[in-house]
Amino acid sequence: MSDVLIRAKGLSVGFPIGGGLFNKQILKAVDNVSLDIEKGSFFGLVGESGSGKTTLGRALLKAAPITAGGAHYSDGEVDYDLEKITKDQLRDYRKRAQLIFQDPYAALSPRMTVRDIIAEPLEVMKLTKSRQETDARVREIAAKCRLNLEHLRRFPHAFSGGQRQRISIARALVSAPKFIVADESVAALDVSIQADVLNLLKQIQSDMGLTFLFISHDLSVVAHTCDHVAVMYLGRLVETAPTRKLFAAPRHPYTKALFSAIPSLDPDDRGSAQKLKGEIPSPTNQPSGCKFHTRCPFAIDHCKQVEPKLESDATGHDVACHRWKELMAPQAA
Amino acid sequence: MTALIDVQNLTLKFRTDEGLITAVDNVSFSLNKGEVMGLVGESGSGKSVTAKALMHLNAKNAVYSPESRITLHTDKGPVDVLSLKTHRELNIVRGGAVSMIFQEPMASFAPAITIGKQMVEQLQLHGDYSNEKAKRWSIEMLDRVGISDAAKRFDQYAFELSGGMRQRAMIAMALSTQPKLLIADEPTTALDVTIQAQVIDLMKDLVAEFHMGIVFITHDLGVVAQTADKVNVMYLGRMIEEGPVREVIRNPKHPYTQGLLAALPKLDDLDSPLTPVPGDIPSPLERPTGCVFHTRCSKVVGDVCKAVEPTERRIDATHKVSCHIYEEVPA
Repeated sequence: MSDVLIRAKGLSVGFPIGGGLFNKQILKAVDNVSLDIEKGSFFGLVGESGSGKTTLGRALLKAAPITAGGAHYSDGEVDYDLEKITKDQLRDYRKRAQLIFQDPYAALSPRMTVRDIIAEPLEVMKLTKSRQETDARVREIAAKCRLNLEHLRRFPHAFSGGQRQRISIARALVSAPKFIVADESVAALDVSIQADVLNLLKQIQSDMGLTFLFISHDLSVVAHTCDHVAVMYLGRLVETAPTRKLFAAPRHPYTKALFSAIPSLDPDDRGSAQKLKGEIPSPTNQPSGCKFHTRCPFAIDHCKQVEPKLESDATGHDVACHRWKELMAPQAA
Repeated sequence: MTALIDVQNLTLKFRTDEGLITAVDNVSFSLNKGEVMGLVGESGSGKSVTAKALMHLNAKNAVYSPESRITLHTDKGPVDVLSLKTHRELNIVRGGAVSMIFQEPMASFAPAITIGKQMVEQLQLHGDYSNEKAKRWSIEMLDRVGISDAAKRFDQYAFELSGGMRQRAMIAMALSTQPKLLIADEPTTALDVTIQAQVIDLMKDLVAEFHMGIVFITHDLGVVAQTADKVNVMYLGRMIEEGPVREVIRNPKHPYTQGLLAALPKLDDLDSPLTPVPGDIPSPLERPTGCVFHTRCSKVVGDVCKAVEPTERRIDATHKVSCHIYEEVPA
């Protein structure tokens, strides 16, 4: 068994909404999520917009308020309880846990050179003692991300989307983190470039022994890069499994629907997909029982009343659905 | 099959401080009624500029070459789109015979005017509609694209709708003037896969019902495979390959098309590594000589690629490719 780097237990994130003193509502963006991210893994988090995947990622970086439950980070050197983390510990945690954003056009300051953009975390966190040391470190990381010295002198506007994303990656890596949250990091890129950035992330992960939380709505990208996947719906974890297992035999009706919605590359295979009706409900007005029952083609009365628990099995394939066993049965026959 | 739009030798440059920038270079294609054309290419390939030219909608600094011809076949006979000048003339095309759906529906609706008011306004611009009649027709269109409670949505603002709902409203608005040609610029890119599947289904139903032509701009070859009848692939303003969707996807000829398909992560083959198309699309200020793709091509056959621009070669009656690795066959 490998070690667990991040362990979330019953983690919830809520935001107060609405004005009044007495009718204050809580929007539960992440609701009672437990998961283990193993050291050195590439952990995928998928779901539609509004499913809470970004908020979960931010909570694990201690950048969103944890309202219930908690999360633990332990990399062998330090051991932090993210709920009770002190100011000093948090400063150290910022070094160890980093974020790569979705939009490489918005994430880079247009008025800083690439060198300054990459060096900024080092200067802010006072990780280097001299300018020479900073420069050496920037050059080392830039080379890892396939940026050359000439690039470092220029401003971000001179770069294409793929190059900008490589700059963002270099900036995230410069403080030598152990844990990286990549939030839709290839979603804004063209397919021809997307593959290049994905390959770079994978290479960096194995070279530097990093752990990734890879947030994406694109299942085919997740299938190719991640070794473990968790599926979220309306703040809940509905299914989690090693990638191969999940893609070979998805158990939750929502996961199945997500798979079948991926447009097939076969022009003769049109409209065979099982389509999901409607849209994800508003998190302020959540359905009772199983959150998915309003869109689920297999929902029965029991689903409307009782919320299913995430059932674990010995192979690490967990699912939260009342009916998954009977729904899987005809397929096996 | 009757022709709907015919584009001949379209060349379009933009006048900028840094000189003339070529956005579209000698592109020709045509589209029939009831046909869906997928226009594919990465950012900067000129696909949106080409589509906007169909409505003569490019910025003031756009310069069309004298050989460029765009002919739109309307009920009242052919219209030479690029010769239209006044607003009154252009209105026949813009929003009338041709409608457009954009990628980001939030940016396409005015935020402080209700959806209904915007729909009524454009109906009255293009046709003889009383307030009453325009409202009835707008609500009917909203209903037709699968928006529940259409009468209520009519009085709402764009921010009150979810992303998928907004895109449906956008489609309803674009189709309410019953255009002959619909240009859809990345209409599903900002949507979740589940909603994307719904919108694709909707568009297919509408083509069948209204029998219009669609130019579907996308960088997602999966979406193309699901929607298009034929595919045109663009790179740096050049049309480098065109053909029926089955041909282009199963039997791509141009190294760039082959590269795009190889770069796609495939669900049925998780073991094969992802193969990116090497390098980045060059800046339009530094257009490569010869074949525009030679700087990234893995199949360069020698100096000819750097020096000579490849002409269009016919693989068969409908499948064409511009690449030196194929024999030139006189048409």
